Amino acid sequence: MRHRLRRFGAPLLLLAPSLILLAVFVYGLIAANFRTSITDNHTAAQATGQQPVTTVWFENYVALLGSDDFQHSLTNLVLFTVAFLVGTMVMGFGWAWMLDKPDRGEGFFRSIYLFPMAVSFVASGVVWRWLLNSNQGEGASGLNRLFQMVGLDFLQNNWWNNITFGILAIALPAIWQLSGYVMALFLAGFRGIPDELREAARVDGAREWQLYRLVLFPQLSPIALSALIIIGHMSLKSFDLIMSISKPANYQTKVPAVDMYVFKSSFNYADAAAVGTILLVIVALVVVPYLVRTHKAEKR
Amino acid sequence: MRSGRLVSATAGAAVLALGLAACGGSGDTGDTSDGSTGGEDMAGGDVEVFTWWAAGSEKAGLDALVGVFEEQHPDFTFVNGAVAGGAGSAAKDLLQSRLQAGDPPDTFQAHAGAELQDYIDAAQIEDVSALYDEFGLTDAFPPDLVDRLTTEDGAIYSVPSNIHRANVVWANPTVLEDAGLDPAAEYADLDAWYEALDAVQESGATALSIATTWTQVHLLETVLLSTLGPEAYTGLWDGSTDWEGPEVTAALEHFERLMGYTNGDRDGLDWPDATQQVIDGDAGFNVMGDWAEAAFQEAGSMAPDDYVYFPVPGTDGEFDFLADSFTMPVGAPNPDGTRAWLDTAGSTEGQEAFNKAKGSIPARTDADTSDFSEYQQTAVEAFASDTIVSSLAHGAATPVATLNAISDATSKFTTGASDLATFQSELAAATM
Repeated sequence: MRHRLRRFGAPLLLLAPSLILLAVFVYGLIAANFRTSITDNHTAAQATGQQPVTTVWFENYVALLGSDDFQHSLTNLVLFTVAFLVGTMVMGFGWAWMLDKPDRGEGFFRSIYLFPMAVSFVASGVVWRWLLNSNQGEGASGLNRLFQMVGLDFLQNNWWNNITFGILAIALPAIWQLSGYVMALFLAGFRGIPDELREAARVDGAREWQLYRLVLFPQLSPIALSALIIIGHMSLKSFDLIMSISKPANYQTKVPAVDMYVFKSSFNYADAAAVGTILLVIVALVVVPYLVRTHKAEKR
Repeated sequence: MRSGRLVSATAGAAVLALGLAACGGSGDTGDTSDGSTGGEDMAGGDVEVFTWWAAGSEKAGLDALVGVFEEQHPDFTFVNGAVAGGAGSAAKDLLQSRLQAGDPPDTFQAHAGAELQDYIDAAQIEDVSALYDEFGLTDAFPPDLVDRLTTEDGAIYSVPSNIHRANVVWANPTVLEDAGLDPAAEYADLDAWYEALDAVQESGATALSIATTWTQVHLLETVLLSTLGPEAYTGLWDGSTDWEGPEVTAALEHFERLMGYTNGDRDGLDWPDATQQVIDGDAGFNVMGDWAEAAFQEAGSMAPDDYVYFPVPGTDGEFDFLADSFTMPVGAPNPDGTRAWLDTAGSTEGQEAFNKAKGSIPARTDADTSDFSEYQQTAVEAFASDTIVSSLAHGAATPVATLNAISDATSKFTTGASDLATFQSELAAATM
């Protein structure tokens, strides 16, 4: 017993502050949020205890998931996430693959591609709002104007003001900002593969394509998975970029995070908390399997 | 190795969180101790006034009001609690959490009328009707306005500092002339206005400039007022007018038609962008509240050569009002200071100084407005003689939750995701 205490006591004591903070501010607040989401706390009066609050269990969730408007938000979220993931993975991998080859200029291009990540979503959102102006024809500006100038008039469109696919336009700046990051991940992956392996493959008569497919890609798959998880959970939580391009009340760009904000500003805490919980569950669906996998891999 | 790094990262985050908590804590205690020394015995001490007037003509107005406050109540020290950003939404978010945490400012800015309902229900603001008697405000404000401010049980929860008119059309005379129109023309109703809008559209300019959802709700309310008339319009908010009725359908058809004249990039713009289109001659007309007057002034435009204004067609003789007002929060640290601020905000001198700078008009009918701008003079006249109705888009007519639901329905309709019948039933559901 004493031996055990001596062995675990000091580390535990050192860890205690962070453990307690995590317990209170992360897990405690998640629990409090869930508690709010299963009540009928829909008005300011209830929030301050002037009116009684009763537990309604999953009524809010049923109502939310059954409403057309929230389904529209969820659809938007799925579209946005798919576009964001595919876009950043393709761009990021492509750049990394190109930079993997040359001897010169790598540092220069790496910085160029990585740089957008240094800009805040709010700042780039404002600029992209101008670029993605939906005016066409005479009043056009931004990208639509650019299309006119290079004679590609048919490419003009109303960007994020399309009801169904408008959200994809907002994925553009997101891809622009995070592709460089995915590139850095992949580049590190390429660098992690010893030259001996490539040489050995070449000696064995592997063609360039076979070298990539059979030797390099398999070793990059953990990197790809990490990139997917990181970009995926960022995408699910996207709020600032959408808010700085569009506005919270705009129907075409609603996502659950925006709904949560609008509910909160309407003093509708129960529904805001329910949306929060739904988002947490969606993110958990993505992140938890990854954590389990990494944990297993470490044990091995 | 890996888990070791995780632990150190977590610990780092925890230290950061602790640091932040410490900052927040010390800030809070500073506030309360300041407040309680002021509030405990005699008059004096700090008065924290929470607003979203942080820039432009609003800031100038607030500064002018503070000048009068320091003259009238030299014992008190004004503390500026202004929060910038998001047309007040950043301030409202912060206010919401401060009120819930039991840390109210001494007074805060809020739109007068139904928007206060949430604070009233939450028991976060006090009835100030006794102050109306004490300061003689009941007789100084027009009876129509006092009616709108008084709740069903006879309480009044705020002192209006200024009045704005929402149902105003701003137009560019050059654009109108190019379209073959007489800039001085007045339009009796929406049908007459359509002819002018058609003409402007044919001339190649945007006929009616508009911006994001709230400005569309703003247009919707003026169309409802124009089509239904003041009584039925007011009835929309107390349940005596049927949202599902044919009159509302007719109004929504007008709204749909008017939206057809607007610019395609509206959802990415805010009101100054839309008004700017009229100033720059890119658009013929713009429906906006009379804070647009400040935008024309800043651009150096002069009426009636550079811009003209008139009530939204069909709303002549009606004053669609909204007002900023100040409240007395429950548990304000320095209630004497709050009283002093409300006294100044409601006083003749305070209202004259504030409104002259901000470009709005005094709520008091006895204020001297002879040196106000030309537009302000016409608004003062209209406010005294017109029928006063409450604005929807600016919180006078409905609580926040209702307005948000109406905004959502409006955005859905104007982006084309719902048809008119759906729009109408969603509006009816929103106001239930």
